[in-house]
Amino acid sequence: MRMPAQSLRFRIIMAVAIGLLTTLPAVSARQEASKDKNSAANHNEAAKNSSSEQSDGEKKFKQNCSRCHEAPEGFTPSISGTVLRHMRVRASLSKQDEQDILRFLNPR
Amino acid sequence: MHRSKISRAWVFAAGMLLGLFPVGGPLLGQDTPLISGGAGFITSTNGGNTTYIPVISPVLAAPLGSHILVESRATILDSYFPRGNGQTGYKSSSFVGLSYLQMDYLANRHLTVVAGDFLTPFGTYNERLTPIWISNFESAPLIFSLGTMNTGSSVGGMLRGSAFATSKVSLDYAGYFSAASTNEQFNAQRSAGGRASLYFPQTRLEIGTSYGRLLEGEHQNFAGVHLWWEPADSLVKFRSEFARGAHSQGYWMESEFHLTRSPSANAFARGLQPVVRWQQTFRRSPDARDGLPSADTNAADFALDYHFPHDVRINTSYSRQLSSTGNRNVWATGIVYRFLFPTWRGK
Repeated sequence: MRMPAQSLRFRIIMAVAIGLLTTLPAVSARQEASKDKNSAANHNEAAKNSSSEQSDGEKKFKQNCSRCHEAPEGFTPSISGTVLRHMRVRASLSKQDEQDILRFLNPR
Repeated sequence: MHRSKISRAWVFAAGMLLGLFPVGGPLLGQDTPLISGGAGFITSTNGGNTTYIPVISPVLAAPLGSHILVESRATILDSYFPRGNGQTGYKSSSFVGLSYLQMDYLANRHLTVVAGDFLTPFGTYNERLTPIWISNFESAPLIFSLGTMNTGSSVGGMLRGSAFATSKVSLDYAGYFSAASTNEQFNAQRSAGGRASLYFPQTRLEIGTSYGRLLEGEHQNFAGVHLWWEPADSLVKFRSEFARGAHSQGYWMESEFHLTRSPSANAFARGLQPVVRWQQTFRRSPDARDGLPSADTNAADFALDYHFPHDVRINTSYSRQLSSTGNRNVWATGIVYRFLFPTWRGK
């Protein structure tokens, strides 16, 4: 069946737009990485070391939870274990990831 | 009608009470049961008719002992829509429904056993993106019903978990069996299926496949693949799914711009989140029950969402659908507040 010309044009425009959108993550990542590189030079080395445990949990939080939703603005530590148990089931977190994220949500 | 509403309310109340009064001994302070969810007001304009929908979608999560979690999500809404047929004014209809009510038993580091009414694990949208405080668009993708057996929920058992996980790659899986249920709150079709996904955390690339088989009526097979790519330092997230059924197939692709991640954006711009979704469905043979349009359809959806402080967001979207049965525009707006709090004060 022949597509109407208007519909075909619409599909071509959208295909180009989506093609651009799918390549944007890579382009955008490169630009942001270079910005991070510049700003990282200004960071204090000692601060990096002291927060390594937290940043590991933070990294895993971003790798898993933040893929679907932003973190809530804040919640009481009394429910952090429940949140993590829910996420372990929902996102099929490994036990190690669950523990690292729990440490991140409950810094000592 | 009134009695039916009351009985539905009792079902939800019973689910809430199951979690509010733990039976597994004293809980650790950090394991206090929680109530989360979203409350919102949504409008949708289709063909000049606007529908207004106040909605609340609470989630309960209650750990019992160290291995069990009881969790449930409900949706309570009222729809106000034009009377039509030349009449002025609006009429309304109410809906109270459970999305899931399940008990999870964390057997070991690789296996969780789920029993009850759970979201069917086919593709990614049903389990991950349906909550109103997460979804970028007010409408689900056109292929949503393929593989989720129309209802999106299953009643039975599911095995799921992380088969293995290293710093470079992880494999997670879910397999389920559902009995047929015509109960109003636990509506499900007899089916079986599952999903497996490989996730590469360093590149944040996920690729997975799903399979489902309807074990009643026509005994259809459904298959699907999904691909998510969300580079760590990128402002853009890309998600996509393809699903195929016996009579139709289709796909959706979505790109979401996260200016919140940009260190150079100002405070206002960080709240902005433009989203584009492109969808196509293809009809191979007629089937009034699979939920897809009766003719091949192309759809482009554009959203501009804004994240305010205190977990409030505004969603606006425009959808253009092109089909041989007629083209249409759908405008939608919504404001959603996400809440999360313990059921009581913890230690």
